[in-house]
Amino acid sequence: MCLAIPGKLIEIYDEAGMKMGKLDYAGTINTACLEYVPDIRVGQYALVHAGFAIGVVDEEEAQKTYELWAELEKAAAEEGTDIFGMPLDTGDEEREGEVSP
Amino acid sequence: MKYLDEFRDPRLAKAIVREIHAVTTKPWVIMEICGGQTHSIMKNGIDQLLPAEIELVHGPGCPVCVTPLEQIDKAIAIASKPGVILTSFGDMLRVPGSEKDLFMVQSEGGDVRVVYSPLDAVRIARENPEKRVVFFAVGFETTAPNNAMAVWQAYRQGLKNFSLLVSHVLVPPAMEALLSSPANRVQGYLAAGHVCTVMGWKQYEPIAEKHGVPIVVTGFEPVDILEGILMVVKQLEKGQARVENQYSRVVKREGNRPAQELVNRVFEVADRKWRGIGTIPVSGLKLRPEFRDHDAEILFEESGREVEEPPECLSGLVLQGLKKPHECPAFGTTCTPRTPLGATMVSSEGACAAYFSYHRQAKIHDC
Ligand code: SF4
Repeated sequence: MCLAIPGKLIEIYDEAGMKMGKLDYAGTINTACLEYVPDIRVGQYALVHAGFAIGVVDEEEAQKTYELWAELEKAAAEEGTDIFGMPLDTGDEEREGEVSP
Repeated sequence: MKYLDEFRDPRLAKAIVREIHAVTTKPWVIMEICGGQTHSIMKNGIDQLLPAEIELVHGPGCPVCVTPLEQIDKAIAIASKPGVILTSFGDMLRVPGSEKDLFMVQSEGGDVRVVYSPLDAVRIARENPEKRVVFFAVGFETTAPNNAMAVWQAYRQGLKNFSLLVSHVLVPPAMEALLSSPANRVQGYLAAGHVCTVMGWKQYEPIAEKHGVPIVVTGFEPVDILEGILMVVKQLEKGQARVENQYSRVVKREGNRPAQELVNRVFEVADRKWRGIGTIPVSGLKLRPEFRDHDAEILFEESGREVEEPPECLSGLVLQGLKKPHECPAFGTTCTPRTPLGATMVSSEGACAAYFSYHRQAKIHDC
């Protein structure tokens, strides 16, 4: 119930006086109520929970996170993390392409 | 997919795991509140990647799991009445009540329907004016705005035949209750990202301070969870207890204001019973008196019911992080997702179901 994934807003429309939107999840289109994200623009990504967009993904913050990670990965690569022997890759096939309900 | 694949990148996950190993020097018990995170942890084997010192315990953050048995029985009683259409999310239909579940009511001829959004239930009410349409509204702060919107729309449109059976709970009071219990083992929390998307994290600041526990607002993907754990461990190792935000791409300190406003207009805070835990003061929501025409508990006179929990199910202890699912004698024997004894086995976000699905009979650290 609580797993929301980000979808890209492709269209805004009105339904019974409510702001609604169509969102694209890698090709699958779904609708959501946009009343709680009044400032959202087409092209932005929203988190949808049980038919309602509850938050807009903040591009700038995401970018900051990626930069932090790039540093972390660099540090790890320098110290040779690959020989760390963590069995992380085992779950990969399962993880790939998986979309949470 | 954008904003998804990055957070499932195994190389990055590996780098974070390495960092967690590097900073951990002492044993720590960390609780993830949200059932969605429990599911992600089990599915990705995150608990097995952590240093032996770190124990993850699973919190009460599965709305289906903490809905008291009497609420299920109320939904069943209402659904069994003629002229009623009872709607809810699919998971709720399989939760066993004292005698049956909602699917059985459906097979006996009751009109029970699964909906994707509470607005679908409002639409059903509009299309079926001769029927009384009830939406069984369970959930945390994340679903409260949606259910508030459904009631608000019905109110605005004068749809007197739409009502909510409300079983709404709030996360921070439960976190406090767990920390205040003498049996508490939790030293740090991963707070649920989507609850915070709606509510922000101001409410957690006094909890972190009073109980001396770090609280990190965390997302749901494997990289999010690992990073949240890293942030908690770093604070624990330094003796800090602050609220931090791992999920900054979505969560803001003040949360989602328009959502909070409608929730406050439609609902008010009330004491709530949590399944397996008991009544926690001011830990839930009920409809405000102005919306009594949309309150199924009043309309169907179902407010007084109290029932006993089945004694063989330990889900109360599981929900408090005091027992692991595989420590329950019924786990995987008399209790499976097909024949669930408790709600934690019904919902895919329940800890028992997550352990069962990912064949986690015993945690690697127990060996
Ligand atoms: S395994 Fe089944 S009986 Fe045991 S605690 Fe979990 S839900 Fe209850």
